[in-house]
Amino acid sequence: MAAKEKITGINDVDIPADKLRQMYYDMLMIRRLEEKSAQMYQQGKISGFCHLYVGQEAVAVGAVAALSDDDYVMTSYRDHGLALARGMTPNVLMAELYGKATGCSKGKGGSMHLFDVEKNFIGGYGIVGGHLPLAIGYGFASKYRKDNRVTACFFGDGSVAQGAFHESLNMAALWELPVVFICENNMYGMGTHVKRALAHDNIYDQAQAYDMPGYQLIGNNIFDVYLKVKQAGDLARKTGTPTLIEARTYRFRGHSMSDPATYRTKEEVDEQKGKDCLTVLKDALIKEKICKEDEFKEMDSEIKKIVADSVEFSEKSPEPPLDALYEDVFV
Amino acid sequence: MAELLYVDAISQAMWEEMERDPSVFILGEDVAHEFGGAFKITKGFSKKFGDDRVINTPISESAIVGSSVGAALEGLRPIAEMQFSSFISCGFDQLVNVAGKAYYRWGGKVPMVVRAPYGGGIHSGPFHSSCEEAYFVHTPGLKVVAPSTAYDAKGLLIASIRDNNPVIYFEHKYLYRRIRDEVPEGPYVVPLGKADIKRPGDDVLVITYGAMVHVALESAAKLEEEGISVEVLDLRSLCPLDTEMILEETSKIGKVIVLHEANRSCGVGAEVSSIISEEAFRYLEAPIVRLTAPDTPVPFSTPLENYYLPDEPRVSQAIRDLFDY
Ligand SMILES: Cc1ncc(C[n+]2csc(CCOP(=O)(O)OP(=O)(O)O)c2C)c(N)n1
Ligand SMILES: [Mg+2]
Repeated sequence: MAAKEKITGINDVDIPADKLRQMYYDMLMIRRLEEKSAQMYQQGKISGFCHLYVGQEAVAVGAVAALSDDDYVMTSYRDHGLALARGMTPNVLMAELYGKATGCSKGKGGSMHLFDVEKNFIGGYGIVGGHLPLAIGYGFASKYRKDNRVTACFFGDGSVAQGAFHESLNMAALWELPVVFICENNMYGMGTHVKRALAHDNIYDQAQAYDMPGYQLIGNNIFDVYLKVKQAGDLARKTGTPTLIEARTYRFRGHSMSDPATYRTKEEVDEQKGKDCLTVLKDALIKEKICKEDEFKEMDSEIKKIVADSVEFSEKSPEPPLDALYEDVFV
Repeated sequence: MAELLYVDAISQAMWEEMERDPSVFILGEDVAHEFGGAFKITKGFSKKFGDDRVINTPISESAIVGSSVGAALEGLRPIAEMQFSSFISCGFDQLVNVAGKAYYRWGGKVPMVVRAPYGGGIHSGPFHSSCEEAYFVHTPGLKVVAPSTAYDAKGLLIASIRDNNPVIYFEHKYLYRRIRDEVPEGPYVVPLGKADIKRPGDDVLVITYGAMVHVALESAAKLEEEGISVEVLDLRSLCPLDTEMILEETSKIGKVIVLHEANRSCGVGAEVSSIISEEAFRYLEAPIVRLTAPDTPVPFSTPLENYYLPDEPRVSQAIRDLFDY
């Protein structure tokens, strides 16, 4: 099914006002935390890889809002946004970026490998496509135990070229597993435009090959994200039918902190920034009189304070003890 | 002679071989055009050699390796870039089963190179820092090299491109822009299977390769002041191994440390140590010492990663202990 002519709006979804407000809050939290990570990276406080989620916030937040807390979510290395959306605290996240003992993986994983098992956020994964088969295992376990849980597996457009993508979709459909595949098509895998990586670039069409429903949605429109993920989640829960969702989105920054993204024109990036998902939701909240301008300002200063605190927390946190190197290799 | 960075020596080797031999081409993720690869090693190549010979691929390691094997069987000489050596796992079957066994099964020659940027020290965490060489040394039919200097990097890459077997070329990411030495202009070959004495000595022999060569050299320089003469033997090729030189130097020196950055169990060090025990036991004056990373993934945290990697103080201490044995 192609993107509908009609644009999904706030009145097409059944979300209470306080939840809508919270969704905006969560998106802004991601935005501000990412901006702060970039700043700390540039100051040399954070090292290694750092892939920011700026521009894509509505996908993680909208999808998580449409799922239940028991559902499993997992994603690629661009994982800060989904981790936060799922409820990982900024302190624990930032501390992991710093590699500190108080981080979610005790400093052993870093930016690309966040985990919060209690929140059923089962990871960021550094190998493109590598976690899709894992989603099949989670889906299998849910079906086996009849526990009514759904697994939402997020991945980039780059993964679609990996064998693991096709193996996983096939198996999910064949075994009728409650898995929702959410491809965040931000149009680029590093410097390669999706048209130069995929023979057929309407990714949701891949669903046809595996006899499952496929949707394309507009990733900066959180209502559209919510609606389609809700549909897919309900279907998976009720019938064990997996769905492939392609969320058309855009990363405002380079691939990682070290990428100046010269392969994109300024005009292209500016056009996308003009369609910022935060603005889309904010405008709707104002129009429906759910929030006033002042409230957004309050939210922003509250969030900035929380993010600043996460930096302070991380800086004060201890390094992992050296013996931790040998811990946790085996159960 | 000009001094070149390790990374530039790798570029130069490919550039000169592509100029010389039209059957050589490059494929990999974002290797072409202005991107020029994640480490910018093939920057400028598209302009010079065109889109037919510098080919961007989707993120499909199995097909990158497999298509290289097929093209090589047809007489082309592909150089396939893995963006990071860790991703070679996604192309493992094509390398181990298809490339490694083609000649044995039916005489199919596979003259290809897989470039594998490997190793730690750049804070890239558990999925982007590991050393995979031992998997492939263990596999029949694949050659494996791991240069430590710019000179060797160029000469070994040219030898690998010209070799009629599949060669996995482990280039150390940490050395890319930290190591610089004299590199002749124009093609030359460092033969596969030949080790090199990077520093001669009498008291303790350190057998190593890759980034650890530089750690060993640091220790050797330091221990000279303490009156301990350390020889540093750089294997350069891990398959084939220069068994002859390993045994000869062992028989002269009698005290041996094998040192590598890869995990300990079943590593290259274990192999070298076994060869020495089997063939040169009577020359040994002390048990062989293995210094390696522990059998853990590479952690992200900087202090943990530094602790994971063998370093000068610990290597020096091991040499002192062995000297005193
Ligand atoms: C198997 C594998 N190959 C290559 C890489 C290197 N790499 C990391 S991210 C990336 C691009 C992925 O693009 P996409 O899937 O679209 O995700 P995005 O970065 O756009 O979120 C590449 C090639 C990797 N991590 N894993
Ligand atoms: Mg992408």
